[in-house]
Amino acid sequence: MYMSNSRVIEIWVGLFVAMGLAALFLLAMQVSNLSEFRESDKGYRLLAKFQNVGTLKVRAPVKIAGVLVGRVADIRLDQEHYQAIVELRIDPSYRLPDDTIASIYTSGLLGEQYIALEPGGSPDYLKDGDEIEISQSALVLEELIGKFLVKSAEKSGSDEK
Amino acid sequence: MLKGLHRLGQLTLAAFAKLGRAHLFLLQALAASWELVPRFPLLIRQMYVVGVLSILLIALSGLFVGMVLGLQGYNVLSDFGAEESLGVMVAASLVRELGPVVTALLFSGRAGSALTAEIGLMKATEQLSGMEMMAVDPVRYVIVPRLYAGILSMPLLAGLFTYIGIYGGYFVGVGLLGVDEGSFWSQMQATIDFREDILNSVIKSLVFGIIVTWIAVFEGYDAVPTAEGVSRATTRSVVYSAFAVLGSDFILTALMFGD
Repeated sequence: MYMSNSRVIEIWVGLFVAMGLAALFLLAMQVSNLSEFRESDKGYRLLAKFQNVGTLKVRAPVKIAGVLVGRVADIRLDQEHYQAIVELRIDPSYRLPDDTIASIYTSGLLGEQYIALEPGGSPDYLKDGDEIEISQSALVLEELIGKFLVKSAEKSGSDEK
Repeated sequence: MLKGLHRLGQLTLAAFAKLGRAHLFLLQALAASWELVPRFPLLIRQMYVVGVLSILLIALSGLFVGMVLGLQGYNVLSDFGAEESLGVMVAASLVRELGPVVTALLFSGRAGSALTAEIGLMKATEQLSGMEMMAVDPVRYVIVPRLYAGILSMPLLAGLFTYIGIYGGYFVGVGLLGVDEGSFWSQMQATIDFREDILNSVIKSLVFGIIVTWIAVFEGYDAVPTAEGVSRATTRSVVYSAFAVLGSDFILTALMFGD
């Protein structure tokens, strides 16, 4: 089929623009966190109170046995008890018993902090907006070192006697 | 002494005069933007010359840059046992810096120099003054389509470069060196933010597109209409573009990722 020169050029330019836009679209969907935003509105909310959340950030992973089941949706301060309230968004395909324990762990030695859930054996399940009763705060390195120093000082003190 | 001062003053004034001409030229071109609507085929034609013909260069360069990033990143990260972060490293460096900057540099060498030479030669062979004689405004017919073709092509080319580059890093990292595929992508998705990284990358490439095309078109339009003048203008176009891109990249990075 005969095609005029300008028609070929127009097709090429159309292909170019389509390819460029597709690359930008794929960058947004495949490379960036936009792939998660689509899912972030889904799921049910759970609340957990912590004495200290350490360096936990919004959108940090929530895991059970190392499997990603949700994300941290919000972190705010309870003005009454000065505790951190962490709002979790859990994938609706996972159901959690109401005696689940929430802990803040660190992935790797220097990695990001995440929330680990340990489900208990209760027959009742947590619903949207429920609070996780039992929680374990983040380990703060300075507190650990402080405790260690106090202990070792006591030890050396008792040794001298 | 006085001669030196005289020369210095002359150079400074000439530089400012040129800067002023460049801005007036840009304003003139922007004011004639709406002329593009009835002359849409001219824009398509220029996008073919400026954009489509650059695809192969941009794609191949992106592939190799990504592959080198994958290889070098793996060597450094494996020392710390953090190979899984390779995806983050490749994607962050490509999206934030290398994609827009390297594309802009290649673009100024591939398309910008050609624009300068073409317009300079049009001026040297008195085609531009010929158009003026026929009461045809060369800014509307020659400059505006080229300016917009460059500005529109740059973000698309930078997007292609970045995307292909990430796959280059993926082939080397996951395919050859055995980095885990899941953590390659998931860590990347967890770190690269859509607004913070991808949108800023597009803004960067758009700004670089404006800068590179503006310099290229202006240098051609402002060239001394001789063979030597056009050759000098072409050189200046590439050199100034490189300086302007790298300099403005620092400013943009400080504004976007500074805090």
